[in-house]
Amino acid sequence: MTHFDAADAAVEAALAAGATYADARVMHRRFESMSARNGDVEDLTQRESAGIGVRALVGESWGFFAVPDLDDAVARQAGVRAAEIAAASATVPNRRSGREEALIPSDPEVGSWASECLIDPLSVPLSDKGDLLTSATAEMRKQGADIATGSYDIWDTRKWFVSSEGHRIDQHVRECGVAISSTVIGDGETQVRSYPSRRGQFGTRGWELVEETDVAAHAARIADEARALTRAPQCPAGETTVIIGGEQMALQIHESVGHAIELDRILGWEAAYAGTSWLDLSQLGSLKYGSELMNIVIDPTYPGALGSFGWDDEGTRAHKRDAVRNGIWKGVLAGRESAAVAGLDYAGSVRADGWSRLPMVRMTNVGLEPGPHTLEEMIAATDDGIYMDMNRSWSIDDRRLNFQFGCEVAYEIKNGKLGRMLKNPTYTGIGPRFWASMDMLSSEIVAWGTPNCGKGQPGQTGHTGHPAAPARFTNVRVGVRG
Amino acid sequence: MTVQTETELELASRVLELARVSAGPSADVDVSVNRVALALTRFANSYIHQNVADTTTEVQLRIHSEGRTTSASSTLVGTDALREMVERTVAAAKVSPLDPGWPGLIGPTPVLPSHDVDQAIIEASPVDRASRVRDYIEAVEDLTAAGYFRTRYWTTAYANSAGQAVSGSCTEAALDAIAKTASLSDGVTRQASRRIADIDGAVHGARAAAKARAWDGAVEIEPGTYEVVLEPTAVADVLYCLGNYGFNGKLVNEHQSFLEFGSQQMDASITLVDDGVAAFAAGLPFDNEGTPRSRLILVENGVSRNAAYDRRAAAEAGIASNGFADNGSAVFGMSPNNIRLEPSTGPAPVDVEGPVSDSSVQSLVAQVERGLLVTDHFYTRCLDPRRVVMTGLTRNGTWLIENGEIVRPVKNMRFTQSYSEAFGPGNVLAIGDHAIALPYNYGPNSATAPGLRLAAWKFTGGASG
Repeated sequence: MTHFDAADAAVEAALAAGATYADARVMHRRFESMSARNGDVEDLTQRESAGIGVRALVGESWGFFAVPDLDDAVARQAGVRAAEIAAASATVPNRRSGREEALIPSDPEVGSWASECLIDPLSVPLSDKGDLLTSATAEMRKQGADIATGSYDIWDTRKWFVSSEGHRIDQHVRECGVAISSTVIGDGETQVRSYPSRRGQFGTRGWELVEETDVAAHAARIADEARALTRAPQCPAGETTVIIGGEQMALQIHESVGHAIELDRILGWEAAYAGTSWLDLSQLGSLKYGSELMNIVIDPTYPGALGSFGWDDEGTRAHKRDAVRNGIWKGVLAGRESAAVAGLDYAGSVRADGWSRLPMVRMTNVGLEPGPHTLEEMIAATDDGIYMDMNRSWSIDDRRLNFQFGCEVAYEIKNGKLGRMLKNPTYTGIGPRFWASMDMLSSEIVAWGTPNCGKGQPGQTGHTGHPAAPARFTNVRVGVRG
Repeated sequence: MTVQTETELELASRVLELARVSAGPSADVDVSVNRVALALTRFANSYIHQNVADTTTEVQLRIHSEGRTTSASSTLVGTDALREMVERTVAAAKVSPLDPGWPGLIGPTPVLPSHDVDQAIIEASPVDRASRVRDYIEAVEDLTAAGYFRTRYWTTAYANSAGQAVSGSCTEAALDAIAKTASLSDGVTRQASRRIADIDGAVHGARAAAKARAWDGAVEIEPGTYEVVLEPTAVADVLYCLGNYGFNGKLVNEHQSFLEFGSQQMDASITLVDDGVAAFAAGLPFDNEGTPRSRLILVENGVSRNAAYDRRAAAEAGIASNGFADNGSAVFGMSPNNIRLEPSTGPAPVDVEGPVSDSSVQSLVAQVERGLLVTDHFYTRCLDPRRVVMTGLTRNGTWLIENGEIVRPVKNMRFTQSYSEAFGPGNVLAIGDHAIALPYNYGPNSATAPGLRLAAWKFTGGASG
């Protein structure tokens, strides 16, 4: 019996139990993570998870049931349970709906997809991986870090998707990434410097991504910088011109654009937890989101980025789409159901965190297209301002408008040159006002990966990609402290 | 689904035996088995839009052999799959880097008995959950309802090569929901309990609706430092963050926590405990390393007493573990699972008119000359772990209080506030006399909190920036 057979059995059973539509996703995932601290490995974990998740539609109501067992009889029973749950949902229906179709139409896609992978990360010897982390953390410790940490994570995921409309898709996605971090304990403070970012750099790539990241080459530098931060002056409080580095821009895009354009939030489906959105669908195509330099695309076809795939988790083929073009809001992240509710004709952004979780609207790769400048040009063009980078803290309101972000490090800019290092930099603003103030944008795009995007109840962790480059913003409030 | 014939402890013992045979008699081996039956009925725009259930058994295996440690887990519990996991883990342990900090295994040690599980939670059907959701939606009347009703049932077991073998179970039902007016003002209600009968959808619906209606027409006020009354829903956030950054034994070891044991670091009115065994909500009597849990005093009358430790962090500190190992604790440290701020004493609370959740919080509001009533916190993130400086926003209802009365609703505000200093000597003006258990998104965790009146809370931004 193949994994497709188990999925077929689950779908058939759900239909026989009264569902008008059903799909099933068999997933098998291997995960490996190692972390080191101060020259020693502190944790090595290898996890394996496999099961089947079944979605069933009864009337306009959904049910989802998942089991960690791929036996034919168990899969069938899961299909029945999904239909039973959908029937219970139908006892509290959407009385305001009135729509004809629960899902927008979809071609019955059949195919396979695999992410590009030159070096299988699970095949790299554990001793080599351990050496990488222990030597980097030992070096940071030697250079003055009080706490030196390093880690890598690897996911190897295979999925088999079948729907009652004829979808039959299998995918193999390999993801990995690495991070190192130096913490220095000062007098009543802690300062941190990380490379390539606090969470690390991740992609749908093989171990070659970790090798390219070359954490060993940056260990001594970040330890020095963390120590220097304890002696640096505070980031001043006030309003100024700010150049935001590429890694922090990825977070800025994720929080103030990516989540805001999720259609389930716009429709109120996340109102009680993650929140809603300040965006109103009646303004799609006309709302000014930011300056004309702001071009943001939704692109799950981006090679090697963390949010890339061949098809999403309800069988919609990956495609590129505008989210913001020349500063005007153009598109949303949608699924087949949310698109039907909103009267839109596209989907493709529905994913689940494992076989036991319901697919929901998630970011794929949401990122900036390159601008006309370089970071060097932006600094040279700034008489008085602050350059800050590397996310340390992030907070934004439930409509994705009012944000406050903190970075690990900043430098003052005076007369077109970088000056003193500044510690505890923060900046705050209101999304569209902030994006409207972007007057310079670099062409130096990096597709940053975010492996820890939380959403949903039960909670799900999503992997998203964010092509981003340094950018300059004017009249930004900085230096907020408690 | 499939008929379960093997208990979690039997399964743990079977895997332990497989691993001991494969790894040899000198290896330290431990096995945890966690079985979770989760069902969550989620609603938005006043209908059920997501309705999910799964039952998952996960086996976790740790092997320490010849100075090297590896851990593994799997949801595949067939004989072949388990044998494969054991062989893979034994092989990995041979080539893993050395682990000089291995703290060893706990020997045979008794644990406190589990709570009685609630059979009504174990047997709750999708129709039962939908019925409670319907009660909530009907109670908000013309407002829009969103949230979830959830049931969870954990059975867990631990066995190791040093002779420890324990098992336990717990149940939890939880409601977390808002009501929203046409003008988008909203109100929230939350409750977790070990018994499904404790959660009344209609009562909660009426409470959330009252808050939502009272928050309609909110105005923006100047940010600044205000006296505040925090509802239990907001206090829970403070407790979770203090747990993560302050009472985290790993961070204490690394001098990243504010804690100084034996010092009067909080107001004398503050007593914080972790109590999974006698918790109002779900809790288990031992951790992932088989260490028993009991009532742990974190802060006693303002004096810092204890933090949460697993065996590795405890060994570093030169003390015994108090039972807070979990999947991420080796890397991220340990948090109290069932943290509780002890309430003051007083009569049982009753529902009151208007936006205040009950008479217990109302009595705190009545003491305030000028300040803010804050229902909830949102998206709180740490700027400085040493002082637990958090930034976040108010949510789900904030009001200006003058002369002991709610005078007007105010828009959400951003705060940037040290949570440890918020509980500092002199800043705690009063603690409510009724604590409720609030649900948590992951694991058998909860915070139990009364309302709280604080002298100063730093709001650093208004709704418009």
